[in-house]
Amino acid sequence: MSSRDVILSRIRKALSDVPNLPPEKDIPLNWEYGKPLAMDDVLDTFTQMCLDYKAVVERVPVAEVPATITKLVTERQVKTFVVPAGLDQDWRKAAADGGAKLIEDDPPLSSPELNDIDGVITAARVGIADTGTIVLDHAPDQGRRALSLVPDLHICVILADQVVSDVPEAVQRLKPSIVAGNPLTWISGGSATSDIELSRVEGVHGPRKLLIILAE
Amino acid sequence: MSTNPPGQARRTPAPPKGTVGIGQPEPVASPVFRENAKKQLQNTLMRRNMKHATTTIRNKRLLRVAEVPNWDEVRAQGAGLKDRVARHLDYYLAMAEENLIKAGAQVHWAKDAQEANQIIVSLVKAKGVDEVVKIKSMATQEIEMNEALEAAGIAAWETDLAELIVQLGHDRPSHILVPAIHRNREEVREIFNREMGRYGTPPPKNMPNDPPVLAGAARVHLREKFLRAKVGISGGNMIIADTGTMVIVESEGNGRMCLTLPETLISVVGVEKIIPSFDDLEVFMKLLPRSSTAERMNPYTSMWSGVTPGDGPQEVHVVLVDNGRTKVLDDPEGRFVLRCIRCSACMNKCPVFERVGGHAYGSVYPGPIGIALTPLMRGIDSPIDKSLPFACTLCCACDDVCPVKIPLSDIIVHNRNRVADKKRHDIHPHLETTVMIPADWAFKKAKHFELVQKAVSIASGIAFKNKDYLGPMPWPASPWTRARDIPAPPVESFRSWWAKNRGGAK
Amino acid sequence: MALFATCINDLMFPSTPKAVVILLERLGCVVEFPMEQTCCGQMFTNTGYFNDGLDCVKTYVKAFEPYEYIVGPSGSCVGAIRHQSVMLAEKAGNAKLATKAAKCVEHSYDLTEFLVDVLGLTDVGAFFPHKVTYHPTCHSVRIAKVGDRPYQLLRGVRGLELVDLPDSDTCCGFGGTFSIKNPEVSAAMAADKARNVVSTGAEYVVTGDNACLMNIGGVLHRNNTGVKPIHLAEILAHQEGDAL
Repeated sequence: MSSRDVILSRIRKALSDVPNLPPEKDIPLNWEYGKPLAMDDVLDTFTQMCLDYKAVVERVPVAEVPATITKLVTERQVKTFVVPAGLDQDWRKAAADGGAKLIEDDPPLSSPELNDIDGVITAARVGIADTGTIVLDHAPDQGRRALSLVPDLHICVILADQVVSDVPEAVQRLKPSIVAGNPLTWISGGSATSDIELSRVEGVHGPRKLLIILAE
Repeated sequence: MSTNPPGQARRTPAPPKGTVGIGQPEPVASPVFRENAKKQLQNTLMRRNMKHATTTIRNKRLLRVAEVPNWDEVRAQGAGLKDRVARHLDYYLAMAEENLIKAGAQVHWAKDAQEANQIIVSLVKAKGVDEVVKIKSMATQEIEMNEALEAAGIAAWETDLAELIVQLGHDRPSHILVPAIHRNREEVREIFNREMGRYGTPPPKNMPNDPPVLAGAARVHLREKFLRAKVGISGGNMIIADTGTMVIVESEGNGRMCLTLPETLISVVGVEKIIPSFDDLEVFMKLLPRSSTAERMNPYTSMWSGVTPGDGPQEVHVVLVDNGRTKVLDDPEGRFVLRCIRCSACMNKCPVFERVGGHAYGSVYPGPIGIALTPLMRGIDSPIDKSLPFACTLCCACDDVCPVKIPLSDIIVHNRNRVADKKRHDIHPHLETTVMIPADWAFKKAKHFELVQKAVSIASGIAFKNKDYLGPMPWPASPWTRARDIPAPPVESFRSWWAKNRGGAK
Repeated sequence: MALFATCINDLMFPSTPKAVVILLERLGCVVEFPMEQTCCGQMFTNTGYFNDGLDCVKTYVKAFEPYEYIVGPSGSCVGAIRHQSVMLAEKAGNAKLATKAAKCVEHSYDLTEFLVDVLGLTDVGAFFPHKVTYHPTCHSVRIAKVGDRPYQLLRGVRGLELVDLPDSDTCCGFGGTFSIKNPEVSAAMAADKARNVVSTGAEYVVTGDNACLMNIGGVLHRNNTGVKPIHLAEILAHQEGDAL
């Protein structure tokens, strides 16, 4: 008997007291999925919560996104940026205008090569106001997972209509991405640890700087 | 298992001897809880660290939980979903397996720790490498994977900051979420200075003991290992059955590194870690971060379904581990512990855990969940496992904070019942079971109880005359009266007062 | 109504059930004390000896079955009846006893619940001109779930100054047989509780459970702190002119 069969037969034996019903009939639950959370202003809350996690948030009209990218790149004096293949052309140009050298991930960069790059610019899929979370589904405008992980600076552009009130709404919005087989990365502030005396330290392995541009 | 082939030096720092995982504990190396606890109580530095850490995190948890208007409903939903999974585990496992395979993952099944380790070692060896980077995971600790890999000449590098502190410190985790909770910043600095250089990039010279600087040293030390690693090993916070998606919830980004950069990923997951559907994620992503690190959301959560072409590991394995879980499932009263999402809220709240730390429990799972779960998973044959259910005052504080409403104190009492039944059936008589016979007699009938009371009154009238309190006394009262006085029994019981003053019965 | 004195009060702390009798009679109740009663059984049950705990449930049911109100000055013992008596009967396969126990559970009250919910009182006419601090015992809060009733009652006592106890919701370390099986941890917890009590500057520490009070009071006495333990019922029974 394979280990699989052994384990499954142990389970069936252990559950001999459980009535032979479909799971939903055996344990009926009455739950409304995807419910929004009541809040005064979703975008205000989102901004507040992101700031609470020590992210930098720039709220600008959609038309001003490129100028904001240029400003941030200039301010931070970032020399090199990796750009996902599907990133908005205007955003690329804006980063270059800020004095950054743009590096394509084509052919895919090795991990050490990626490690030598200062920053990354991505779009996003969903924002969650209640928790200050950005979710990437790694579509072409966000790139593969390593791009938004290894460089130390992450500029992330999120559109106002991508921001929802709470986790349940976000999960519903992310369903098509999961069904399509995409990975997801949920980011709430920068990398952090509380492992030493539970005192929070911002920035361990992930990007230590997260700059969010909220485009309205 | 921890002995290396002759002549072969260890690749990673050696942990201390004794029980670590959920194998049968070695009796000599695993004294009963009381002995461990006594030793830990002497460690004033550890006690100070523990008190600070647990107080901070439980106060913060209160704030974060208060922000969720329907917290109790979310908890109930989480409990219901996990019950659904446990009571139909064969159905959900088959569904998860099918969808994992469809997504490109390879699924392995392990009956116990030994088989899980065999699978992992052979997968790593097949890649021709002698090191792996790994994410903190309770499952890999439970099966003592690091030592199995070490015995096969493979170094398993811990990449979570706290696990790194534990590994470099030749130490053992004391908390499932903050494994180095018993260490303070100065101790961490000493460990890093002494050990880091032996296993890779050393820390900067004259490093101060500031947490940001210490974390920075870990970043540099580990970055080298992340960039080099060909194989990553993880646990799993959840397997979503209907999509075949794995979920890892973390803070530092070491998890993302391990899940993304290596060519091969092996995830070792307990069979109970399933949630039915992607929809259900909304429940657990609310419960887990607020209950564990007391945050609205943890910094990073990764989800992946098998292999994503062009993104991350192109060879993905999932090892589904039983290792005693089906034994837990076989106990209809104990089964509820399989709801556990390993958040650690119960231990942060536990007054016993706060004082003795995780090392006193002789189990990777300490605190309330440990004394509920371990004696069900491992059994109650060894002295340490027999003692675990009694490492609790039944204050029930854990029941209130558990995000999936595990009736922890009921299960602890259930485990006590199992121990008592076992003692009763032992060939050797136990003092406790012997004492219970006259005690039961005394309380079974009021007439008997009155006789006992009269005897106490007479004794008290003679021995404790004119005394309110009694000081240190010989055994069997010595354990109690070593630290505190005990009131002298009154000369007249209530029932004799009642008989005299209110005219007897009814 | 019947008084459930509890075994520990009957044997060790008779002044508490006496206070309950005096208090309830003062409030116009006719108190009965069924002599068949012994113990809630939790010391057996919580040590794992379910059969012996079951014997106590049988005794409890026999003693209290006829009563509409069963009142005990102990959140822990009333809590044990509520939470464990039906479980023990069911586990033993005794459905008849389980039904009877369930009925008794419905009629069982902690003293504070009886005063606040049944009699509708928060001022019971007590007078106690002292500074006190209240320790909400674990079982009274988490099993019997008496909530803030004890605080309401204490606030209704004339002359009484109630001061907050730091870390009040933390266990005192008694835990029944825990204090014997793990005396060192128990003592460490009791020491912390006593330190918090002393820090309030109160003259009295009050609880609704004498077992916990015995633990806390024992440390306070050993350390010559001068802080005195007292059961809530004894404060509520106390009136102007009463000696203490």
